[in-house]
Amino acid sequence: MTAPNPVTIDPPVERSLGRRVASWLYSRPRTQLRLLLAWPLGWMTAAYFGSLLILLLGAFWTKDSLTGKVIPFSWSLDAFGNLFGAEVYRTVAFRTIGIAVLVTLTAALLAFPIAYYMARIASPRTRRLLVVAVVMPLWAAYLVKIFAWRTILQGNGVLEWVLSPFGFESSGLVELVNSWLVLTYLWLPYMILPVFAGLERIPNSLLEASADLGGRAGVTFRRVVLPLVFPALVAGSIFTFSLSLGDYIVPDLVSDTKFIGNIIYDNSTLGNVPLAAAYALLPIVVVIGYLLVARRLGAFESL
Amino acid sequence: MTESAWVRIGVRVMAVITLGFLYLPLVILAVHAFNPSRYLAWPPTGFTLHWFADAASNPGLHKAIINSLIAGVGATVLALILGTLAAMAIQRFRFFGRDTISFLLVLPIALPGVVTGIALQTTFRTAGISLGLATIIVGHATFCVVIVYNNVIARLRRLPRSSEEASADLGADTFLTFRLITLPAMRTALLAGALLAFALSFDEVIVTTFTAGPGTQTIPMWILGSLQRPQELPVVNVVAFLLILVSVIPVYFAQRIGGEAIGITR
Amino acid sequence: MKTFRITALLAGIGLLAAACGTSVPSGALTELGDGEGELNLVIWVGYAERGEVDPGYDWVTPFEDETGCMVSTTNMNSSAEGVQLLRSGEYDGGSFSGNASVPLMLAGDVAPVNTDLLSNYANVFAGLKDKTHNSLDGVAYGVPHGRGPNVLMWNTEEVTPAPTSWDIIWEDAGDYAGKISIFGVSDFIADAALHLMVKNPDLGITNPYQLNQEQFDAAIALLEEQKSHGVIYWSDAFDQITTFASGDAVVGTSWQFQANTLAGGDPPEPIEATVPAEGSTGWSDTWMIAKNAAHPNCMYLWMNHMMSAEANGQATVWFGEAPTSQAACDYAEGLSPGHCEQTHATDEAYYDKIWYWATPRADCGDEDAATTCKDQDAWLAAWAALTGS
Repeated sequence: MTAPNPVTIDPPVERSLGRRVASWLYSRPRTQLRLLLAWPLGWMTAAYFGSLLILLLGAFWTKDSLTGKVIPFSWSLDAFGNLFGAEVYRTVAFRTIGIAVLVTLTAALLAFPIAYYMARIASPRTRRLLVVAVVMPLWAAYLVKIFAWRTILQGNGVLEWVLSPFGFESSGLVELVNSWLVLTYLWLPYMILPVFAGLERIPNSLLEASADLGGRAGVTFRRVVLPLVFPALVAGSIFTFSLSLGDYIVPDLVSDTKFIGNIIYDNSTLGNVPLAAAYALLPIVVVIGYLLVARRLGAFESL
Repeated sequence: MTESAWVRIGVRVMAVITLGFLYLPLVILAVHAFNPSRYLAWPPTGFTLHWFADAASNPGLHKAIINSLIAGVGATVLALILGTLAAMAIQRFRFFGRDTISFLLVLPIALPGVVTGIALQTTFRTAGISLGLATIIVGHATFCVVIVYNNVIARLRRLPRSSEEASADLGADTFLTFRLITLPAMRTALLAGALLAFALSFDEVIVTTFTAGPGTQTIPMWILGSLQRPQELPVVNVVAFLLILVSVIPVYFAQRIGGEAIGITR
Repeated sequence: MKTFRITALLAGIGLLAAACGTSVPSGALTELGDGEGELNLVIWVGYAERGEVDPGYDWVTPFEDETGCMVSTTNMNSSAEGVQLLRSGEYDGGSFSGNASVPLMLAGDVAPVNTDLLSNYANVFAGLKDKTHNSLDGVAYGVPHGRGPNVLMWNTEEVTPAPTSWDIIWEDAGDYAGKISIFGVSDFIADAALHLMVKNPDLGITNPYQLNQEQFDAAIALLEEQKSHGVIYWSDAFDQITTFASGDAVVGTSWQFQANTLAGGDPPEPIEATVPAEGSTGWSDTWMIAKNAAHPNCMYLWMNHMMSAEANGQATVWFGEAPTSQAACDYAEGLSPGHCEQTHATDEAYYDKIWYWATPRADCGDEDAATTCKDQDAWLAAWAALTGS
């Protein structure tokens, strides 16, 4: 009979500072949470929400008539009065929102076929290639893509060359339709990807069941596919809508019309911060409202 | 599959058209890079490489490249730290205001860039902070946080807590567990988030114009500034073309790192 | 006793001398030190060239070599923008027209200038000193850079015969519909008012920048009529150069700088510019130093440099404006013979017909308390409404 193994006692683990802190934290989940959250939340509050607040406060201040300087704490609703007084601000607002909606619809219409093909028809290898192909333009810089469209749409550009045999002349970098075109182009991949992911998630069994129950392709599409992919569509629309709503570079570079962003930018450059801030409230409210609705519709899980 | 032949053909055709639409401007840009015409007239009037030489010798461009790289790295590092902390907090704990915080993190990207830019600029000026690379990094980090956050939280949701509990059972403290178990599991998500954050920072122009000082320019700002100079239009085109070529590299890496970085979930 | 009297006498002489000598305005630099190595300026396009476009026009590199102050610049597209840029606190100074310099002076954003520290100041034409746009209460707030009119510019191949009147962009705008290039800044309302001064004297406009409601409405109506013919608004000089070079515009309002750049381009464009007989709006620009400039010594060195014959001569020939001193005139003669005569550098009577950019004021800027005019905010708002729709 062998002697039983002597009992060995492991040497106590060194109580380093890290370990002591960890033990202390272990029993205090709330403190852990607070420590984790403190940095990102603190950053966001100070850098972002604080700045937003300061900007929006400025909407309620006035400017000196002669020097043009903003007078802090000179509470008044002058800026809002100006906004509601002149027709142009309403026009620009409707124009911008209209284009944002149009871009969203166009992107959805264009994205759906290719996403459907990628999700349900293409072979796995083709699918992988297509995903890369759709993502690649996203990596090309934003300005680069706008610049490319400028060369196409400008006088003596590709568009004019294409239209000239038919006797049309391109109007150059003037029309509102240019903005719609370029914005759709820019955000299209942001719509394709979530819709693709959404379509992928629909199990084949559901579609087969629908067919078994006598539903033809159209009915299956309308009553099974569409409701299931709707949250993904909304997710994609978050990008196309909010990014189009706030953009000012595209209308500035490819057209002669002004969007909400242009008005804000112009007024801020010229020193009319109260008006810029007051006008900025519009897209902020619209986007936050849109996000809340989108969240309710389940879009956040489909991002 | 239950689709009819018409649907299959139609969808395939639309896919080709859409892809063509996506790539057409990029191809035209590539052609223009060799177009000798000063105003980039179409069809190209010849073939030349001298715009590349002009681009290589442009001092403003060199400085802009360096600034863009520094800003991108700085913003990515900050976003990695803040985004991971936020993701761990949201994913691991239940607390009041949890949903609100994840909502708030999206705002810097969703709200118009011009609003963010003006807000940040006003704050910096009021606080007397001089505008420059540091302020650019602060601005970029703010909207890059959510990108890292999204990637990390998606990964954390899939990580089984059991490995961490096992690690604790074996005597590892919180920090050790994080270092040896959690972090390696998150690695590809962090990398994907870092890539996307860097790309966004490298690309951003609106917020950057407001937070850069008079002497600082990033590549997008340089492009924007040069766009109207008649003598620099082809040089801008060359830069744009080179940027597209360079951007192929991250896509390749993103693809290698993992499907979920770019959307494949199956 | 004797020592005391001498000391008192000396003290008395000292006090007298101090009282009679030039006093440094409070807030101005008292002593010129070494350059700080850096200088940030807000400028009009072309006001600080370093030979990148034409190696023969470079007045920045010699300055940098001599003083060690490395210059970086930001272009402003309008006076209002320039004011905002300076107020950001990021710049040491800049070149400001009257409708920027006055708000800056009144708001205290710029510091008065100690002309004792500027050796070239004495050479500047007397007619440019102590004007309302560059001085306040007799104290100089800057140094003159140059002045010039806003010109009518046209493509000689597309627009015949050569226009001699502003009518071509107003009453006759239909002839070149869609190809008219107009300065897209609220200051342009004054050009409409100027046209009305000639065409519609009943309105009683005496100053195109100070308009009562009726005069203002008439000017806006004129602008809307012009816009209906299809106008391309420009605010960036190079933007306008591109539209003329590509043929998108054939006639419009501009600065001599664009005409020079187009005519001297590669290949040269068939572009000419003139000031019609009715007169024009214009500007007289001043270099000013920001109140808390980070690099005041460099700014003073720059201001002095820009009054030197070489720098001012080159700069004013490059932009197409009038030099500020006889020495600069003589230097400019070598670059562009007849430049001083063409720009009417010493012809004060000519500049009486040029309405420098000025700030519209609610009190009309006159002593008559009864008159009220539309102020700058009203101009900006009306312009936004005109161009935004």
